[in-house]
Amino acid sequence: MIEKALKGGPRYWAWISFLLLVIAIGFMFYLRQLSTGLGITGMSRDISWGVYIAQFTYLVGVAAGAVMLVMPKYLHGYKRYGEIIIFGEFLAIAAVTMCLLFIVADLGQPMRLMNVLLHPTPNSILFWDMIVLNGYLLINLIVGYNTILAMRKNVPPPGWIKPFIYLSIPWAFSIHTVTAFLYCGLPGRHAWLTAIMAPRFLASAFASGPAFLVILLMIIKRVTKWSPDPEAIQNVARTICYAMIANLFFLGLEFFTAFYSQIPGHMHPLKYLFWGLWGYNSLVPWMRVSIIAGLIGVFIMLIPPLRRKEGFLILGCAAIVLGTWIDKGVGLVIGGFIPNPFEKITEYQPTLPEISITLAIWATGFLILTVLYKMVIYLKERDLAVE
Amino acid sequence: MGIDRRSFLKIVGLSALGVSSGAWEVLQPGEVDAAHGHGAVEHAAKAATRWAMVVDMRRCKDEKGCTKCIDACRLVHNIPVIENPKREVKWIWKELYEHAFPDTHNEYMADEFKETPFILMCNHCDNPPCVRVCPTKATFKRPDGIVAMDYHRCIGCRFCMAACPYGSRNLNWIDPRPYIRKINPEFPTRMKGVVEKCNFCVERLAQGLMPACVDACHCGALVFGNLNDPESNVRRILRKNVSMRRKPELGTHPCVFYLV
Amino acid sequence: MYDTGKIIIGLAIFVGLVTSPFWLNKGKAAPKPTPKLDTPVIQQLEKKECVESRAYMRAAHMQLLNEWRDQALRKGERTYINKKGEKIKISLQNTCMKCHSNKKEFCDTCHNYTDIKPYCWDCHFIPEGRKTWASTEGHS
Repeated sequence: MIEKALKGGPRYWAWISFLLLVIAIGFMFYLRQLSTGLGITGMSRDISWGVYIAQFTYLVGVAAGAVMLVMPKYLHGYKRYGEIIIFGEFLAIAAVTMCLLFIVADLGQPMRLMNVLLHPTPNSILFWDMIVLNGYLLINLIVGYNTILAMRKNVPPPGWIKPFIYLSIPWAFSIHTVTAFLYCGLPGRHAWLTAIMAPRFLASAFASGPAFLVILLMIIKRVTKWSPDPEAIQNVARTICYAMIANLFFLGLEFFTAFYSQIPGHMHPLKYLFWGLWGYNSLVPWMRVSIIAGLIGVFIMLIPPLRRKEGFLILGCAAIVLGTWIDKGVGLVIGGFIPNPFEKITEYQPTLPEISITLAIWATGFLILTVLYKMVIYLKERDLAVE
Repeated sequence: MGIDRRSFLKIVGLSALGVSSGAWEVLQPGEVDAAHGHGAVEHAAKAATRWAMVVDMRRCKDEKGCTKCIDACRLVHNIPVIENPKREVKWIWKELYEHAFPDTHNEYMADEFKETPFILMCNHCDNPPCVRVCPTKATFKRPDGIVAMDYHRCIGCRFCMAACPYGSRNLNWIDPRPYIRKINPEFPTRMKGVVEKCNFCVERLAQGLMPACVDACHCGALVFGNLNDPESNVRRILRKNVSMRRKPELGTHPCVFYLV
Repeated sequence: MYDTGKIIIGLAIFVGLVTSPFWLNKGKAAPKPTPKLDTPVIQQLEKKECVESRAYMRAAHMQLLNEWRDQALRKGERTYINKKGEKIKISLQNTCMKCHSNKKEFCDTCHNYTDIKPYCWDCHFIPEGRKTWASTEGHS
């Protein structure tokens, strides 16, 4: 059914061409990165992880967010989600693929990637991250593929995929917990060494993943003949709202621990991020925007008259996507390195090649998403025409 | 043809797998003839050594900005000298007290302390977080306590750089060769994309020599020895003098001690 | 068959591309590699023998080097006892390249013939290459 992705109007092909162009440009820069080294990025001895790992961290969350639809439908019989779950699973596939691409793009010696498999190291969290990410991708591929085959024939999916679906629920929690473990087990990085890192990750994931999905579904509503069940969307929006409230609450908890204890090591990263520290303040505007965006998002999602208006719904979801993206990517990953182990500050700014490669990988993810969604939309529109 | 496209593709895919697994056998290099075979590696007897370094800051007075230890290390190991601090590679370097021991803040400390740069290097911890996180065991702990790097295996993921609480590790962001001032042909360089750090001069220890920095210091500020031998130089010094280590509360058990 | 015309054309293009190495080179064969062993160090040796026999080295020098790498770097065992019982110091730069100091006439002849580009030289020094900075020299 992938050939359905080859049929489309001029707007569709304009979109595909745009994505291919972004991918081509980024790929050229990646070749330069392979020949010159990671020195063409803005990373440094002090900030050794940058935009690539930040995107990876954010996208693991987006991938895990699908579980917020799977759990109500399969564990609690909430049938309204039935027709949109496939979109969540395909979003998870695209997101995990982007994660894997970002990790590979970030490696200094990507040709040695197989060393992680040739020399398995169970005490390393990166090893487990590789396992859980690829496992989640596999689960979603199996479930998604079989679901779409069944949709094609208008039959319910085969019963044997149920165990995989049930497996995907704890697995979704695990991919993001393991990613959080990358950070929260490292001694010497005060900003990361907190038990609430995993809960923060999960709350952010369960807000950003479904918010991303809602935006995609609203776009589909605009450009295709099919539209999702409005009540289902409203329920997703309520989930997003509560998850985002939890996320902001957890952030508040971090502030309390740092500033009530007055321990410099805990205060300094937060001071740097939100107020500036020792004259360095390049991330302050970003972080403040992230908080404001998060609050706007929660406000819209919380108030039913606002939430039911499509324009506000999209705005709210976009605000939450932006807020979580900054909070996780910029605040968490970059902020964790500042101040450095010597209590000095080196700031970080991504370079043009780095941004281009990042956009190329995002474009790859969107390309995968477009192709997969095109198949689903074809089937949905076909069923609409029959009715 | 009565076959549909999906089944055809499945058959092609499976056949390709079958052929390639068969072809794999053919492509394997032949068994090396035992008659021409190779020998074995000599296994040196290993005493229970545990190498450690004592930095006697009372003797290191940074006269006229002395950098003999740093220069020796750079020379022996072909370490590049990169001006841009974001890209620099340093195995042994100087930091002021407030940066070397940032959690022991003291506004009323003696001026001498505030101004004398401490000599820092990889601490070759007994419980190294970098070894714990490396996904390929490219950094590993030797039986003699040295935390070593295998540059052939490193994939450049930089997890170890995030894990090290002491900032001892460096990635080669670019090809280091153009920045090497004077070459030592006896020791290789490293390539871009791999992480490196102080290695307590394992290659010199193998020849019975002291680390390069220890040899270069003319004040006797750097003392290197075996922690497991109660009568070694380092143990005697540590018994008689007050010593401290960087960030001991993290449980890494560093093996670089500072006398103040 | 559906789309017969497109399939035949596609097949023709495919066969053309796959056989392109043959007809592009028009039957030229590269000359057989002749590695040269006449370096000053080798000429001064009494018995002109390598660490192991020629046949073994030709077949398995990379396996030997990988074993050396792990033994020396990871296990710290820097002495190798060869088949004849001689003790050899494990080092690419200081053992192998001391005798075979003519990389271009020795190593590269076979490597170029088989289009192998070992990146050992990105880190390990090439005897004459030290004077110029060539991380690309390994890819000559």
